[in-house]
Amino acid sequence: MKQTDFMGNRVVITGYGIVSAIGMNATEVLHSLMNGHSGIGEITRFETIHKGKLPIAEVKLSDQELLELSGLKSLKRYTRTALLGICAARDAAAMSGMKPDRHIRTGLISATTVGGMDRSENFYPLFLENPSKGKLSQIINHDCSDSTEKIAESLGPLDFMTTISTACSSSANSIMMGSEMIRAGMLDRVIAGGTDAVTRFTLNGFNTLMILDKEGCRPFDENRAGLTIGEGAAFLVLESEELALKNGKIIHGVLSGYGNANDAYHQTASSPEGTGASLAMAKALAMNSMSPANISYINVHGTGTRNNDLSEGMAVQKIFGQNVPPFSSTKVFTGHTLGAAGAIEAVISLLSINRNCIFPNLRWSVPMKELYIKPLTALVQDAAIEHVLSNSFGFGGNNSSLVFSKYMP
Amino acid sequence: MTSMKPIYINGLGSVSPQDMANSSRFLSEVKRSQSNRLACIEPNYREFISPDILRRMGRLIKMGVASSRICLEDAGCMMPDAIITGTGLGCLEDTEKFLTTLVRNREELLTPTSFIQSTHNTVSAQIALLLKCHNYNFTYVHRGWSFESALIDSLIQLRNGQASTVLAGGMDELTNVSFAITQRLGHWRRKPVETLELLKSTDRGSIAGEGSAFFLLSSSQSPRSYAELAEVYTFNRKTSGKALQTILLDFLERSGIKPGDIDLAVCGINGDTSSARPYKELADNLKNAGIAAWKHLSGEYQTSSSFGLWMASMIMKHQLLPEVAVIRKSEERPFNTILLYNHYLDLNHSFILIRKP
Repeated sequence: MKQTDFMGNRVVITGYGIVSAIGMNATEVLHSLMNGHSGIGEITRFETIHKGKLPIAEVKLSDQELLELSGLKSLKRYTRTALLGICAARDAAAMSGMKPDRHIRTGLISATTVGGMDRSENFYPLFLENPSKGKLSQIINHDCSDSTEKIAESLGPLDFMTTISTACSSSANSIMMGSEMIRAGMLDRVIAGGTDAVTRFTLNGFNTLMILDKEGCRPFDENRAGLTIGEGAAFLVLESEELALKNGKIIHGVLSGYGNANDAYHQTASSPEGTGASLAMAKALAMNSMSPANISYINVHGTGTRNNDLSEGMAVQKIFGQNVPPFSSTKVFTGHTLGAAGAIEAVISLLSINRNCIFPNLRWSVPMKELYIKPLTALVQDAAIEHVLSNSFGFGGNNSSLVFSKYMP
Repeated sequence: MTSMKPIYINGLGSVSPQDMANSSRFLSEVKRSQSNRLACIEPNYREFISPDILRRMGRLIKMGVASSRICLEDAGCMMPDAIITGTGLGCLEDTEKFLTTLVRNREELLTPTSFIQSTHNTVSAQIALLLKCHNYNFTYVHRGWSFESALIDSLIQLRNGQASTVLAGGMDELTNVSFAITQRLGHWRRKPVETLELLKSTDRGSIAGEGSAFFLLSSSQSPRSYAELAEVYTFNRKTSGKALQTILLDFLERSGIKPGDIDLAVCGINGDTSSARPYKELADNLKNAGIAAWKHLSGEYQTSSSFGLWMASMIMKHQLLPEVAVIRKSEERPFNTILLYNHYLDLNHSFILIRKP
């Protein structure tokens, strides 16, 4: 792919799709956000010893129901991660009115952390007893690219495809890479986002770290005790402003800044002063010479773990000083959707911009004693939302921030 | 064609089934075996990693950290502006360990270490952690395009000036479990095969391999530069609906060169007769070029093109094509332009073009 000069053109969003515990599409998600309906509840979809003990934020549909919703035939080929991704990516493409066009170079950049683990878990018990046992059809979709390939099949011919896995910042990074490829003149249009299903693997993994809150996550609350795992998928259609205007597309927002930085502190824990987090936010603001005062709302990473919220809170205070804009963690609605979180929160940021709303950080009551800031806990309507900063931080100190802005021609 | 900022490969580091301890003896002695799987010759990790950290590290992380250190030292750059990796399956050993305990203990008495290390970006994160490098850090996980995606991102970061040095690498490990599963899927030879016979024999299946290779990419040339990394392109032959010839010619035209300019094509030929055709088509379209191969030396794995690029970079710098890599000889000519062509399971195809700096 050849790189050409990006003609000072902005990267805009012409479509988005979302599937999560609070709705199977953007309309349902918005309704839940406006009405304070959290998706956190009991585990119902799979068997685990944690049933009834640990809450999660499940997408309510079974694999079979997701398959039917996607208009696909055989469940054999699809993991839950792929099905969630297909539903969200298709909605994004439809909203953007995307049609195959060989003159428009189109790419798909997806992200996931568990890939097809939901099936590998079923393959493993038999395989462990006897390596010649276990259905191969349950393991061939294990790797992270499988869901991306399946999403691609449902979208039609593409000029480029890849998958990113950087833990809980994965899909923020796929949005970043999508924009970079458009700006480099390598692609005209990119469907970027991510997908992750809840699996026993991830649920137990986070449980061994003792960072799952038995009462459900309480981000930025003094008594928070961990995160709540969620599942879902979200995708944005990114294109150059020039192309979007030429084709008369409705523009839902501008991706006006982003930055990725590494905390380089610990494999899983964040530095107490939020080094990587503040670097990522500073980079995202600097990209378009924005000042912290331009930001109308911060959709924080806010997992609800003791460590993240302290580290992120310190970083927010460092960047914004005494003028911290309203902020909230919408993981109280969707749960922490891991590899999909960055994209899910990107869609929520766009809903905030287009509805002039700030969605509340539910489940909060006591301010953190180390911080002078506290989250917004009631829905705000008729706010003038121009620029939203969205944070996504992951294991391995992988910290990403995105800035979405209202489109002004 | 717009003129673009040239990007150079200024350092290499690799852990592979071949002995890399002395890279000046570039493949002069080949590690041969009679097998359908190859394992890395691992260095003494204590030279790169302190013992207390080493104890808990998974094998792929060790291989990745060691090869990245070799690369950074080779380039004389200890703080890259970005770390970008590609891995097909990540830290498989840790993933399997956690999954096995999960199943056997019925979700009880689990410990976090293997879960933590199972995350796909663990290698690039550990490199950053050990270097205290706060810069851009990405990991791509798309089977046979994982390493290529890392290179494409690297080129973007370097060309747009976000970075002037990028540490880019590809790595995958082979485990007994992954070998058993892929053997059942028919990826490998049923019978052991002698290393140097693999590409001559006509049979189904390749040999499994593993490895980690890193490259220090830079927007400035140095006296140690191996090659200029000119272009990277990924494609799917089937879904593109185009013949390989068309894709090749389009790619070369976009890169501003003619088929006759290619001095050597380094190919991912892997001894599996069912995957040989695209390589033959390429060779037929590059009549004047020599043809070389690497998978009999590294084995087949998702990011084996990183070993291929290591080999191609060495060929260019030393202007030496090891006899063991030769598939088709060309008339005597300098190696000024080398095209790397690989495909993984006929799904993920890629071209990597390097030039003499």
